[in-house]
Amino acid sequence: MPAEPKIQVRGLCKRFGDKVVLDGVDLDVMPGTSVVIIGGSGSGKSVLLKCILGLIEPDAGTIAIDGVVLARGPAAQAARSRIGMLFQGGALFDSLPVWENVAFGLIAQRKATRAAARDRAGEVLQQVGLDPSVGDLSPAELSGGMQKRVGLARAIASQPDILFFDEPTTGLDPIMGAVIDGLIVDCVKRLGSTAVAITHDMASATRIGDRAAMLFRGKLIWQGAAAALMESGNAMVEQFTHGRRDGPIQMELRR
Amino acid sequence: MMHPLDAVAAVGRGTLGAVRGTGAVARFGVAGLSHLARPPFYGRMAWHAFVEFGFFSLPVVAMTAVFSGMVIALQSYTGFARFNAESAIAGVVALSVVRELGPVLAGLMVAGRVGAAMAAEIGTMRVTDQIDALGTLSTNPVKYLITPRLLAGIVALPLLVVVADVLGVMGGFIVATFKLGFNPHSYLVTTLDTLTSDDIVAGLAKAGVFGFLVALMGCYHGYNSRGGAQGVGAATTSAVVSASILILAFDYVLTELFFAR
Repeated sequence: MPAEPKIQVRGLCKRFGDKVVLDGVDLDVMPGTSVVIIGGSGSGKSVLLKCILGLIEPDAGTIAIDGVVLARGPAAQAARSRIGMLFQGGALFDSLPVWENVAFGLIAQRKATRAAARDRAGEVLQQVGLDPSVGDLSPAELSGGMQKRVGLARAIASQPDILFFDEPTTGLDPIMGAVIDGLIVDCVKRLGSTAVAITHDMASATRIGDRAAMLFRGKLIWQGAAAALMESGNAMVEQFTHGRRDGPIQMELRR
Repeated sequence: MMHPLDAVAAVGRGTLGAVRGTGAVARFGVAGLSHLARPPFYGRMAWHAFVEFGFFSLPVVAMTAVFSGMVIALQSYTGFARFNAESAIAGVVALSVVRELGPVLAGLMVAGRVGAAMAAEIGTMRVTDQIDALGTLSTNPVKYLITPRLLAGIVALPLLVVVADVLGVMGGFIVATFKLGFNPHSYLVTTLDTLTSDDIVAGLAKAGVFGFLVALMGCYHGYNSRGGAQGVGAATTSAVVSASILILAFDYVLTELFFAR
């Protein structure tokens, strides 16, 4: 019997005014796998993640985690509390020191005392390649790469069984991008988590993902193995992954 | 060419927008206050907001109060001297400061200082995804960010107004005794005889309402800001302008409520 998807999205629709952002998205993410969603700017990738996280309410469709359909209420809140998220810009809290950023979820969920949470923050900072002394700095004192690492540390601190990554390598140089991708792969493996990443960095997509999907104009137009991303056989996907100027996507834009 | 009914439609749209906006602010305020009764409580956040609202606003409120009291004493003297009513100056200064100028000027000063800062801070958190991040860390953003600030506003402004009242009366006392030649003892006796506990309580109640309005406008506009730096700037302006107008409007309503006979 095939395993039940960890995350199951069915017929997800979202529009902002006249603009249709998600138009009947169906997506299955199997337990322990990493799925990368690619797509151009404004294709609805971030909105899809935010709908799953409950930050945006969809107009139609269902989202289920471990077979439990998420709606409002404590059950949905409990399911979503098992998701860790790395935001595109880090989204670190300026007013708190780094250690408190990392330990925020532990303290908020009453999983640890402040002292224990501080110790745990030091451990997690080490796991993402940072010295625990960084915990005493403020986020403004960190470089972009360090902020991403701290964001990753915050996402994994409470050992979630689902991890989301929103453009994890945006704004980083290629070497730092590869370092962050490596940390993501290590963390996902160590925790045994299910991961969903959105990106338009093809090198990152193939490094992080087991599976890949492409979102275009609110629809998933292709799904397959991440290794096959560069040779998918789909004209739109190939134009996007190879960064070609001419192709069906641009032709549609010209229409 | 413009259709004659376009103007009616525009008025209708404007009215609907105003009603919708008022409703949104009211719902936001009720949501913020409702968390005061439900755990978890973020005491550290409330304390930080209180210190920012109350303690760091002391210098600007104190200076405003002192100079306002001095000006009232001086202006009252020049006016009352025409009717040989100079002896009423002590009472006029005390009542003006305690009933009106203390709460209103402290509210306006704090709206400019703290309301703007709240809108900028929360607005920046909004546009940099920090508010979304709170949601992913099992933390209700309204409970964590808004409720402590509303509480701080309600508690801190009355305390600031106590200081403003004392310093405002003192400013009038300084001008009356050192410049206008009033007897210090009789000035203080007249001041104390004029003021009633109702005056003080009404002034402090006004301050509590104004503190809530300043915090509410700062939080509401910051929380709903959009579009990067420009959006945060617009939120800051809107917070200060709307809080200032609401303070003056509610001042009339509360004065009518407390003092109209």
